[in-house]
Amino acid sequence: MMWLRRRFLVALGAGAALPAAAQFRIEVSGVGATQIPVTVAGFRDEGRAPVPVSAIVRADLQRSGVFRASDASVALDERSRVDAAEWRGRGADAVVAGSVSRLADGRFDVRFKLWDVVKGEELIGQSKVVLEADLRLAAHRIADEVHQQLTGERGVNATRIAYVVRTGNRYTLHVTDADGEGGQVALASLEPIISPAWSPDGRELAYVSFETQKAVVWVQDVLTGARRMLANFRGSNSAPAWSPDGRDVAMTLSRDGLSQLYVMPRAGGTPRRLTSSSSIDTEPVYSPDGTRIYFVSDRGGGPQIYRVPAAGGAVERISFSGAYNISPAVSPDGKLMAYVTRQGGAFKVMTQELDGGTVRSLTDTSDDESPSFAPNGRLIVYATRSQGRDVLMTSTLDGKIKTRLLASGADMREPAWGPFVR
Amino acid sequence: MTRFRAPLITALATAALLVGCSSTPLTTDGAPVESRNTGAAGATQAGSGSTAGGASASGTPQSGVATVDLAAANAASAAAAAAKATRIVYFDFDSFVIKDEFKPAVDAHAKALASDKARRMTVEGHTDERGGREYNLALGQKRAEAVLRSLVLLGASEQQLEAVSFGEERAADPGHDEAAWAKNRRAELKDRR
Repeated sequence: MMWLRRRFLVALGAGAALPAAAQFRIEVSGVGATQIPVTVAGFRDEGRAPVPVSAIVRADLQRSGVFRASDASVALDERSRVDAAEWRGRGADAVVAGSVSRLADGRFDVRFKLWDVVKGEELIGQSKVVLEADLRLAAHRIADEVHQQLTGERGVNATRIAYVVRTGNRYTLHVTDADGEGGQVALASLEPIISPAWSPDGRELAYVSFETQKAVVWVQDVLTGARRMLANFRGSNSAPAWSPDGRDVAMTLSRDGLSQLYVMPRAGGTPRRLTSSSSIDTEPVYSPDGTRIYFVSDRGGGPQIYRVPAAGGAVERISFSGAYNISPAVSPDGKLMAYVTRQGGAFKVMTQELDGGTVRSLTDTSDDESPSFAPNGRLIVYATRSQGRDVLMTSTLDGKIKTRLLASGADMREPAWGPFVR
Repeated sequence: MTRFRAPLITALATAALLVGCSSTPLTTDGAPVESRNTGAAGATQAGSGSTAGGASASGTPQSGVATVDLAAANAASAAAAAAKATRIVYFDFDSFVIKDEFKPAVDAHAKALASDKARRMTVEGHTDERGGREYNLALGQKRAEAVLRSLVLLGASEQQLEAVSFGEERAADPGHDEAAWAKNRRAELKDRR
């Protein structure tokens, strides 16, 4: 859908560009780096709100890799008359303007309008009345509307990311907006927390906590904080992964001696053993259609990525490039796998086409961990080290646009991108 | 580390009491009272043993039979040996093989477990920081299992043991060089109630 629309825009541009080439700018800085220029004017009266609405919209659009967002040099709001030719002349394909006003009951009315100045038409105008605590979410939703209108594809700005922060000997599981802001703590512990995984309905987080002096898989309701032990068998219990229908959780258990894959009903119960090898099998992750489970095994010597039918069966090796490949994540369309490879002493996020096998490097850092796809498949979030800190980055699939998620200075790790619903 | 010694000292003191029923007054000689916390408890128990010995010395019944419990003596000496043995087994990079230098220690812990079936231990596997957290958790588990297997082969029973892993999460040395990594690739044996 996205690609159709983008080609449409490019084709339209080429057509329109014949008489006036400069009026329709799509920057091509390499294959897949086409960006739509969007001007987002400062929202009228947004300075009186506690959240910089237009700046959030601008940053969201920029981070997506699909847009090149700029500020407007003139004052505009949703009631303004937008002269399409004039804005085309300034290099925009689309213009966003709006206002923020505080209502008598303390809520805020956030209004915006989106103009396609290439076609010379108004695409959408909306009013969102929200609580102060949801102003940031309102800004993200505006960015998502713009994304949807201009590309035909869903934006991920209103989604959330879970990750773990270590501060001294304290571990906290955070849930933030997709830009890393608006963070809230879901769990605080004096023992390590790893491997958070969102349920497909976005309501629960499964994770591994060492609070009982061993690795145990817990499930926590994000909204209420209610939590339960899902797997606490002899040995280690780790690497939870939800099935796409939310009914099962695949995980690694060492109850029978070796770390092997098992599948359990989400409510608990008897684990069904999925792999039977004489090696380490871990890091299961479902294919989006739920039919297969990708995982890491060192059955061939070093760790490599394999897949097995979710119902059990023949195991097939997937990764062939490099001697150490771990932490698979599968894109929402099932076509691409992100993973971490070791190159010399460096660990790097890579992508591999699951059909053709083409492998691509995504980063220029050397301590990458835990790649996770955005639900629209356009971005990958991962953990890495930068300037002596553990940070989270998002990257477009071509690696051309990267953003460091806003950090409070603490060490961040183990990112997991949540589903569209929240 | 210190807090895990408490049950061991208690076991020693108890064993010493049994042995001590032979007329010789008890001392804590040879008992590894290394820990400040448990030293007092050990001394108290040894002291009550001495009192019992003293009482019998003042008026020994003619029909008295002193029991010499060799099993308990063995347990005591096994426990003493285990107490002296290291509780940390270090591993080479990417390896699960227990090196020769750590085999006597593993043997000592196995004998102590074999001679006292009430003893319980947890084997915690650890890795260095390099690589993925989940894969390292599995590697640490494999190290812990390797030590557990050795203990079982040398006489401990599986019911006395649990192998768990902390992967790279609990480094003994927070450094980022080979010297630190070598200290972090380890399995720790811990007493468990």
